[in-house]
Amino acid sequence: MRMLGALFVILFSVGFKGYAVAELVEIEGGSYLPSYGLKTGSQVDVESFYIDRTPVTNREFLEFVRDNQEWQRTNVKGIFAEKSYLQHWTSDLEILQGQEDFPVINVSWFAAKAYCKSKGLRLPKLNEWEMVAMASHDKKDAREDPEFTKFILSSYEKPKTYLKKVRLEEPNMYGVYDIHGMVWEWVEDFNSVIISGESRKEGDDGLFCAAGSVGASDLSNYAFFMRYAFRASLKANYTIKNLGFRCAK
Amino acid sequence: MCQIKESYQKMISSYFMKMGFGILALTILISVGLTEDFDDMSIYHLPSKWENQDGKEVVLSELKGNVLVVVMIYTSCQAACPILIGEMKSLEAQIREKSSGDVKYILVSIDPEQDTPERLKKLSQENKMSGDRWLFLRGTIESTRDFANLLAVKYTKISPVDFSHSNIISVFDKKGVLIHQQEGLRVDNKATIDKILELVE
Repeated sequence: MRMLGALFVILFSVGFKGYAVAELVEIEGGSYLPSYGLKTGSQVDVESFYIDRTPVTNREFLEFVRDNQEWQRTNVKGIFAEKSYLQHWTSDLEILQGQEDFPVINVSWFAAKAYCKSKGLRLPKLNEWEMVAMASHDKKDAREDPEFTKFILSSYEKPKTYLKKVRLEEPNMYGVYDIHGMVWEWVEDFNSVIISGESRKEGDDGLFCAAGSVGASDLSNYAFFMRYAFRASLKANYTIKNLGFRCAK
Repeated sequence: MCQIKESYQKMISSYFMKMGFGILALTILISVGLTEDFDDMSIYHLPSKWENQDGKEVVLSELKGNVLVVVMIYTSCQAACPILIGEMKSLEAQIREKSSGDVKYILVSIDPEQDTPERLKKLSQENKMSGDRWLFLRGTIESTRDFANLLAVKYTKISPVDFSHSNIISVFDKKGVLIHQQEGLRVDNKATIDKILELVE
């Protein structure tokens, strides 16, 4: 009897623990040389963190807006989200049938941030996200693997990759799903991407202080640069039909 | 009998209808009253609290009714910030000559960890930017990023004491809506001055 009880406790705690951390996976910290290679070639240091296994889905986001009325379509302030916010939903609290487990899209940075905050989480930092995104299903850093790069680049060309359920494809070696091949994802510090030469005016050197603008020294990772350019083009209230997010801790 | 019942029902329903309208009208009045000056695009929706150069707490919406001229800087900046500060001073001097309207000149720190109110105060004194037209603000790391994102200001830490950042001076109307941005260093500020004068009227 006592053994049975003990067994129950073990089963329960394992079950509970499994449930509690099921959505987040721990990523061990480390340092890596980012592809943009700041002029000094300096490493990026990342402390250990947790990240969602999948992008946040329509179903999960619906739960959030149900509890947080200010983030419903009709209530949201224009300064925090554009008109197209959640425009793929049929109403404030209705998702198109069958899209429940698709990644949520058309969400602004402010909305994504508020969602994560409501769960006691935050958005991943750019360097954290990129570290997870370097991994293929069997290598921690697969950036030199031409097959891996080809896979990412071809997914950027595929239309409507956001119209599919999360967790259908093979996860990467961290157990993280859909970091490539589904949606672009918001990161907390997306506004840290400074690309000189985006050139809104002639002689744009005056647009930025200091000499730290991203200086590309390694152009081999084209996919990486596409993500950088994309982030640099974003504003925090933009809502885009192939841009979603996942949370971190 | 049936007719009587019907008219009775009508009476009741019209009574409730009226009451409903009354409540509706009241709700609309209240909500209009509450959001009076809060435009959909107003920065005053940002609930964050800030500290000024005197260490006093500032809620952004207290600034309502002023035209705001805003720049993001940090005190240990050696490169562009002195130029941006000079530009703010020049704007203030030129506007003061032409108008006595309510304009606030706000310098927001992008380095809230280092820029204590004391450091901001020192910066204001060194540059002779004192008086209630000048406001130096320090938030948290989070509120600073929120604020920068409302201005589309990019910044990144490039060393423990240095940042790379956009050089943008932003002008907000009295309701807190971003109306105009001047990008770059040593650019012609005529458009900015005209806009401020127009908004302050």
